[in-house]
Amino acid sequence: MADRDKHVNLSIPMQPDMEVIATTTAESIGTFMGLDKNKVDEVKIALVEACINAFEHSKSEERRIDVSFSIDEAGLMISINDGGAGFDMDEAMAKIAEKRNEGIGDRGWGLTLIHGLMDEVSIASTSSGTLVKMLKYR
Amino acid sequence: MSEIHGNVAVINAPSYVNNQAAEAIAEEGTRLLGEGIVHLILNLAESKMVNSVGIAIIIEVIDNATQKGGSLNFCCVSPTIEKTFQIMGLKQLAGIYEDESSALASVDS
Repeated sequence: MADRDKHVNLSIPMQPDMEVIATTTAESIGTFMGLDKNKVDEVKIALVEACINAFEHSKSEERRIDVSFSIDEAGLMISINDGGAGFDMDEAMAKIAEKRNEGIGDRGWGLTLIHGLMDEVSIASTSSGTLVKMLKYR
Repeated sequence: MSEIHGNVAVINAPSYVNNQAAEAIAEEGTRLLGEGIVHLILNLAESKMVNSVGIAIIIEVIDNATQKGGSLNFCCVSPTIEKTFQIMGLKQLAGIYEDESSALASVDS
């Protein structure tokens, strides 16, 4: 199979429940590549959190996110690009730590869940958008 | 949405527990707590996906039930949702049971 055949790209409007389009695609791709069902389910929840974070915090003018899926030897790589205003990672992590001290019922669990459910996660944020890359091993 | 078993109510959650679904669960939980049914079981047999906003809303229901001397426990939880609960610390607040009958038995005993 050619490399180009191992990529899927989506452009999703930032509307309520549109994250389900991304998770449905992730499930299809995970099944196609023979990923264990529990791993597919973990990818879906991590992807939901990444999409919701983008919907709520990106300040994107286009109000769309780009989600790309790539299959390689290591596993399934998903990239979410929000095209928004970016954010200060240190400041965000400090806010999350503060919320944790107030109790677990508060908001702000997205990044923690993404890290907990995926095998590798990287986040790069600039003034032209935030790119979340997350990998689930085979 | 819920079934009453003596002093316990079982609330059935939908396929995707997002903020809207969790609000509906919270509304039902509040109604039941208001009627004096303080032990709630959230059956997740049909639930394939959750999000953190929905879970945060359900944590408020756990708090409300606990304040009334009751509880909210979970049953029929998929491995991935259980892992999500573990990451968010829900296992410290609520019991997780394999099936509905063992969740009901835990309240009776």
